[in-house]
Amino acid sequence: MTRTATGERDTVLRLDGITKIFGALVANDAISLTLHRGEILGLLGENGAGKTTLMNILFGHYVADSGTIAVEGRPLPPGDPAASLAAGIGMVHQHFTLAENLTVLDNIVLGTESLWRLSSRRDAARSRIRKLGEDYGLAVDPDVTVASLSVGERQRVEILKALYRDARILILDEPTAVLTPQESAALFETLKRFVASGLSIIFISHKLGEVLAACNRVTILRGGKLVADHDVAGVTRAELAELMVGRPIPEAKSEPRAPGAAVLRLGRLSAARGLLSLRDVDLEIRQGEVVGIAGVAGNGQSLLADVISGMQQPSHGRLELNGATLHAVTPRAMVASGVARIPEDRHAEGLIGDMTITENVVSETYRSPALSRFGLIDWRKARTRAEDIISAYEVKCPSPDVPVRLLSGGNMQKLILGRVMAEGPKLVLANQPTRGLDVGAVSYVHARLLEARSKGAAILLLSEDLDELLSLSDRIAVIYRGRLSPLRERRETTIADLGLLMAGHGFAGGEDSHAA
Amino acid sequence: MEAIEILFTASLWAAAIRIASPLIFGTLGELICERAGVLNLGIEGIMTAGAFSGWLAVYMGADLWFGVAVAAIVGATLGLLHGVLVVPLGLSQHVTGIGVTLLATSLCYYFYRLAFPEVTSPPKIDPFQPWPVPVLSEIPVLGPALFQQTPLTYLAFVMVVLVAWFLERTPLGLAVRTVGENPAAAEAQGINVTWVRIGAVMAGSALMGIGGSFITLSAFNSFFFDMMNGRGWICIALVVFGAWRPGKALLGAVLFGAFDAYQLRLQQLAGAVVPYQFFLMLPFVLSILALIFMSRRVAYPRALMVPYRKGER
Amino acid sequence: MRLEPRQSRPLLLVFLLPALALLTAGVICALLVMLSGASPFQVFGLMIKGALGSQFAFLETLTRATPLIFTGLAVAVAFRAKLWNIGAEAQLYIGAVMTVVLGTGLLPLPWPALIPVLMFSAALGGALVLAVPTFLKTRFGVDEVVTTLLLNFIVLLFVSMLLEGPLKDPMGLGWPQSKKVVADAQLPKLVQGKRLHAGFVIAILAAMLVWVFDRRAALGYEMRAVGYNSKAAAFAGIPVNPVLAKTALLSGGLAGLAGWSEVSGLKGNLTLDLSPGFGYTGIVVAMLALLHPLGVVVAAIFVAAVFVGADAMSRSAGVPSYIAHVMVALSLLCMVTAIMFTRYRVRWT
Repeated sequence: MTRTATGERDTVLRLDGITKIFGALVANDAISLTLHRGEILGLLGENGAGKTTLMNILFGHYVADSGTIAVEGRPLPPGDPAASLAAGIGMVHQHFTLAENLTVLDNIVLGTESLWRLSSRRDAARSRIRKLGEDYGLAVDPDVTVASLSVGERQRVEILKALYRDARILILDEPTAVLTPQESAALFETLKRFVASGLSIIFISHKLGEVLAACNRVTILRGGKLVADHDVAGVTRAELAELMVGRPIPEAKSEPRAPGAAVLRLGRLSAARGLLSLRDVDLEIRQGEVVGIAGVAGNGQSLLADVISGMQQPSHGRLELNGATLHAVTPRAMVASGVARIPEDRHAEGLIGDMTITENVVSETYRSPALSRFGLIDWRKARTRAEDIISAYEVKCPSPDVPVRLLSGGNMQKLILGRVMAEGPKLVLANQPTRGLDVGAVSYVHARLLEARSKGAAILLLSEDLDELLSLSDRIAVIYRGRLSPLRERRETTIADLGLLMAGHGFAGGEDSHAA
Repeated sequence: MEAIEILFTASLWAAAIRIASPLIFGTLGELICERAGVLNLGIEGIMTAGAFSGWLAVYMGADLWFGVAVAAIVGATLGLLHGVLVVPLGLSQHVTGIGVTLLATSLCYYFYRLAFPEVTSPPKIDPFQPWPVPVLSEIPVLGPALFQQTPLTYLAFVMVVLVAWFLERTPLGLAVRTVGENPAAAEAQGINVTWVRIGAVMAGSALMGIGGSFITLSAFNSFFFDMMNGRGWICIALVVFGAWRPGKALLGAVLFGAFDAYQLRLQQLAGAVVPYQFFLMLPFVLSILALIFMSRRVAYPRALMVPYRKGER
Repeated sequence: MRLEPRQSRPLLLVFLLPALALLTAGVICALLVMLSGASPFQVFGLMIKGALGSQFAFLETLTRATPLIFTGLAVAVAFRAKLWNIGAEAQLYIGAVMTVVLGTGLLPLPWPALIPVLMFSAALGGALVLAVPTFLKTRFGVDEVVTTLLLNFIVLLFVSMLLEGPLKDPMGLGWPQSKKVVADAQLPKLVQGKRLHAGFVIAILAAMLVWVFDRRAALGYEMRAVGYNSKAAAFAGIPVNPVLAKTALLSGGLAGLAGWSEVSGLKGNLTLDLSPGFGYTGIVVAMLALLHPLGVVVAAIFVAAVFVGADAMSRSAGVPSYIAHVMVALSLLCMVTAIMFTRYRVRWT
């Protein structure tokens, strides 16, 4: 551990020996760290390293099993979000905590006045929000409902919530996950303005580049332990990466391979649901290639995925699988056509937590002649199949008869992979397949996807993680407001190009059309 | 022709307001619960308990207003039971609500039989009398309809304004709305979701209790079994019809009351031709139609019926 | 305070907590009994004796349990798929209406043909009553809780209309009651001279069938999957709305059979007091049974014993028989709480 000479500066926050244990898991192991006035501290670590737990303790959502927290030298009572707020700690959550049907003003003033007042001081609040917005370049109309705001604007509201409460310490949890690279850069500028005006910031991320670009100092968590505390000056990405992971990462390398015949072909396909829409999407995926789709969350990726998984009937256009046009787009038709569907949300869509592993494994195939006769399911055969998948896909579980909700996220994802890929699919739809997984599980999922590719499957990968897209894809397209850019070869693509496309440059009716 | 003339009589509208009064209380009460994210199917039982306890207090010699207060307290207590079971413990709001209704109703009947083991005709009290508002009650049609009611009816109208003000204008009302939309957002702003929800269910249940007491202290003067006759369930339909807004809920309740009063009069006109049960069915059919009509149009509280367990992902 | 999902459910807890729940309900009722001045021990003693103390009492309990098994199954089947059927009362009455419409002489069939026809029609009637709110739910998103509740009132008024109109027994001295079903429609008694009838056996068979169906049939699997997580079920390709429709037909049909069994087995005709809330009590039965079809049989007998015992006790001890309703309602609330504690543990943070 390296110590740097920062001790003389004001310490605004001190965590001392924080330990938190969940069952057998030591989420935080005697973590101590300090935050100084006017600095941006990067908190770096993989998923599951303990970053979120630590911040939840700081914010009063959890109580530490041992250890103390002091803000400006005063101890912070544990387990009391109101006390953390009062001490000037503001948190911008990764998943925004906004009530969508209420106005920006309502979301910001909530909890800032005594609850027993007979009337809320709304006019004063409104002008103060306007002023804060102007001062920091975070302008938002206070009287519109949050539901009508873009993702970037919602993040501004989240930050305004903290500023409105005179937060002195701002914690941002993976703030760039939902932003384009350009928006992220703008956010970093805003953060620099904050620290210049005396705020202190903890910036949580698992992206090395961002931490190096935005922070003054970086603290690294690994497996619940604090493993490093460095000034940013003088460290390299490689050093940070090794500290974060603790072992060399097996890079998923996709060897170039001659693609075969088209498996999936979308022709001027449109679909609409609520405010989301897909417009005239053309796409072709061939055997033995990975096609990646990049885009900022909420631009129609989920709708595209829903069409291909059979959950959404297109309104116009053609959907061809293996050369045959599909008219009734349903989950069953997709499964029958050999589409392996890895859903975006394991808990909500992928698995039924209260049912057993066996019951989940057969959820797509229980009607097949192999598993049922005369409407009765042969559970013995189903259990055998579950056992096969458990061993082939290294799912860690006591038996196929336990409810799926007891599995870890990584094992759940392996189970889904086993369910959909065991039959040798023709097309794999992987929608955010590694979201929220630890590094081991991520590389396992990547390896299995590439294995399917080498066996001749076509893979459609939707991801918000540009690094993942660039390392796995053969060709990449960007989705923006329901339109899909033409596919381009991965080798001829840079992050900067993708960033421009993700911000709408190059799309008809996009922000600008000078960069195609 | 006669059927249309009835629509313009003061007595029809006076009856409409009278019928609407308990529904206004019940609907406001359910509305507060649901805006906080809690469906309260205990309403039928809580209204019964309000009717019984308020009436019993008055029968035992208490002042009428004291009876109303007793009904409110009993309602709030049952609300506390429902709230504790469904908010911190996160039990199914459907099943618990039905359970609260069964429990409250059976307790009333048990205590009624305990207090009056062998009565043949139900004991009576002196109920609230109409309280004409000076000057205003002289207005033709509108006067008798609106301003010659009992004080509890006036209270119902005042409550509509108070509840609307509370929800839209006060910090606590904002907290109630937020826990019903996104409890995590409220939690992040330092609001204690559990307490706000339990408090809202208690306050709403107190209003339901008062609504029940209207039946025994104002509309009638004694307590019978099954006297709530589905009014609570109708309130739940009215909340949906009113799109979770107090003003629209008032409108719904008055429309409903007008319809009910109208069918009573039509029944007298057409009673020989059409069985009376047909008319009695209409309010329930109307409620279902209202639900269908409103189903796709409204923004319901997003966290309605979703238990909030702190720290659960 | 925070609730944390348990990683495992110790068997001891699974049995101990429900027992504790019933004990809690009993203790609260004992306090209520003491308010009446009677001794709880004496009252509970009389209740047990009145429900189980003699052959007559026990057969009476089983007779009372018969409709509760049907309505309990109806609710359990529906709740498993998270179809909140609170309208078993209405479905029961329509089942009974079908029975008296077809069973009072309209169909000149011998019993081996007539009884199955009546069963089928009663089940169909009940099924259609639940199909309406289910359609409104899947098509318009109307909450079925409220619509099934409101339908209870509509159907009861409808039955009242029939009993004072087309179905009225001309020989009934002006009472609103239907004619008696013909002899070929009546179910045989199980014990000579007692009220217990073959409907009880059919109820048990129904419970076993539902159990096998639930475990083995693809549809049973689909219903559970839809109930636990309809979004994931839809994603896997399970047709959610058709499954809900089939659930409604099964659930409503079972409740309709309750009406058929009460008319054909016990009462002989249809009156407005055919069911003292069997539909609502079915909810309690289903929850006490943890929605398990075989558990429904046990729970129905328990609940029936409480009612029958309380009736007998009330006659001799003078404590209002409504104590039984209180006890049943308390059992429901205590039981759902107990079930929750088998799944979650309390963490004091």
